[in-house]
Amino acid sequence: MLKVEDLEAWYGRSYILQKVNLHVDAGEVVSVIGRNGAGKTTTLRALMGLVAKRHGRVEFEGRDLLGLPTHERYRHGLAYVPEDRSIVPGLTVRENLRLGLLASPHLKREAEIIERLAETFPRLKERLDQIGETLSGGEQQMLAIARALAADPRMILLDEPSEGIMPVLVDEMFELFEKLRAEGMTILLVEQSVDRALAISDRAYIMDQGVIVHESGAAALLADEEMQERYCSV
Amino acid sequence: MAGYPIELIVMQLFTGLALGTVFVLLAVGLSMVFGLLTVVNFAHGAFYTVGAYTGVFLFGLTGNFWVCLVGVPLVVGTIGLVVERFLVRPLYGRGIDYPLLLTFGLAYVLVELVRIAFGTSGVPFSAPPSLQGALNLGFGYFPLYRVFLVGFTTVLLIGLWLFIERTRYGLVIRAGARDPEIVRVLGIDVSRVWLLVFGLGTAVAGLAGLLAAPMRGVIPEMGIPVLVEAFVVTVVGGMGSLAGAVVAGLLVGVVVSMTSLFAPAFADMSMFALMALVLVIRPQGLFGRAGLMGG
Repeated sequence: MLKVEDLEAWYGRSYILQKVNLHVDAGEVVSVIGRNGAGKTTTLRALMGLVAKRHGRVEFEGRDLLGLPTHERYRHGLAYVPEDRSIVPGLTVRENLRLGLLASPHLKREAEIIERLAETFPRLKERLDQIGETLSGGEQQMLAIARALAADPRMILLDEPSEGIMPVLVDEMFELFEKLRAEGMTILLVEQSVDRALAISDRAYIMDQGVIVHESGAAALLADEEMQERYCSV
Repeated sequence: MAGYPIELIVMQLFTGLALGTVFVLLAVGLSMVFGLLTVVNFAHGAFYTVGAYTGVFLFGLTGNFWVCLVGVPLVVGTIGLVVERFLVRPLYGRGIDYPLLLTFGLAYVLVELVRIAFGTSGVPFSAPPSLQGALNLGFGYFPLYRVFLVGFTTVLLIGLWLFIERTRYGLVIRAGARDPEIVRVLGIDVSRVWLLVFGLGTAVAGLAGLLAAPMRGVIPEMGIPVLVEAFVVTVVGGMGSLAGAVVAGLLVGVVVSMTSLFAPAFADMSMFALMALVLVIRPQGLFGRAGLMGG
């Protein structure tokens, strides 16, 4: 479904992604793990076209995405939840969800879709008319995920969804990922909490200093403590 | 205030409000364009001039003020769309000084075109007969045109507010002002939002020119003092704030007209004194958010 070949990216003069290669098949959950600064976030941002200087090949469902503007990628079914969640200040929960729907062909069924999202995310249900920023960190993360799902994407990129969130909400969130996976959603997950990420993944990549240094099945990596120690411990 | 009858003070207050509505219209466009596009539009006064002259032209053609009221924002807004699409857009992401210099130069070009088309001296333009005369407001007779101005601007601003708060275009505008990146991530082409906002801002500036014409006269240089006034109001209200533009516009109008009653010599500088005072107390303006430039 997603095939990345020799993806390079720069921030100013710093050479961040130094030829990244990875692929995600339809229906797969794939994790990218590694230390802070390894280039995981930059990889996701480059996939969404948010890095000004980039090079290489990004194929999504047979279409080359690299030259397309960011908004076209969403329209092709690629959704992204950034690390900072990007809940828009001053907008209510409902307005944030509507924002995710505007580019969708199903905009006319807005009420029905928001209703459905509220069922999936009960924490948002009674807070629909509250200002999004006033939610707790975990609730904001749920909102960001719900918003990204609003337009029925075929694949979702998640950047550190568990960061800074109460453990009980992290559990809830990973249950949700399990559910999405069962429904056939394709997920590319960047996550610090390695054990949890690997537990729901089919495969995993380890990233270090701007390149992929290791690829394996998630279960195998979960058992390989030496590998984890080498690339993921702080 | 001894020696001034209360009726005179109330009348002057109302004059200030009428003047203020023109300031509000000017500042709304300037402030929206700055708040969303980070473009300091030095051509704003020129669009105001073009609006007044477009009104003169359309009035000469049709003899109908109401046609001008619809036609002027359409014509000037269309010019704004063309300017954004072909002149301003290539400069995004290059720093705030590029569009500033561009619009500064554009203002000269537009005013020169007006001079070529309509001559260097002013042209007469008066309120339509149905809006001439005076209306008894209970505390005294007041020029009907100014009453119309206050009423029309109020309706227009309510319409603009509903557009921004209640429609999906408005939702995109509000979201785009605060976090353009997530708007793009969610599949929306923000460049079209910028285009719409720039067109809207210039349309309202043109409308302000038309509405001010019967009160303030029509000359090619009419936009120069107006640009300064619009910046003062925008700074007082807070860059990028619609509510700020409304409150500050009315406030500046009232301050100027009250000063011209009590201390005429200071009327011209009163708005700058107000601006200095606001900047000392609240550098981001009455309704502005701190750090807009940094974000």
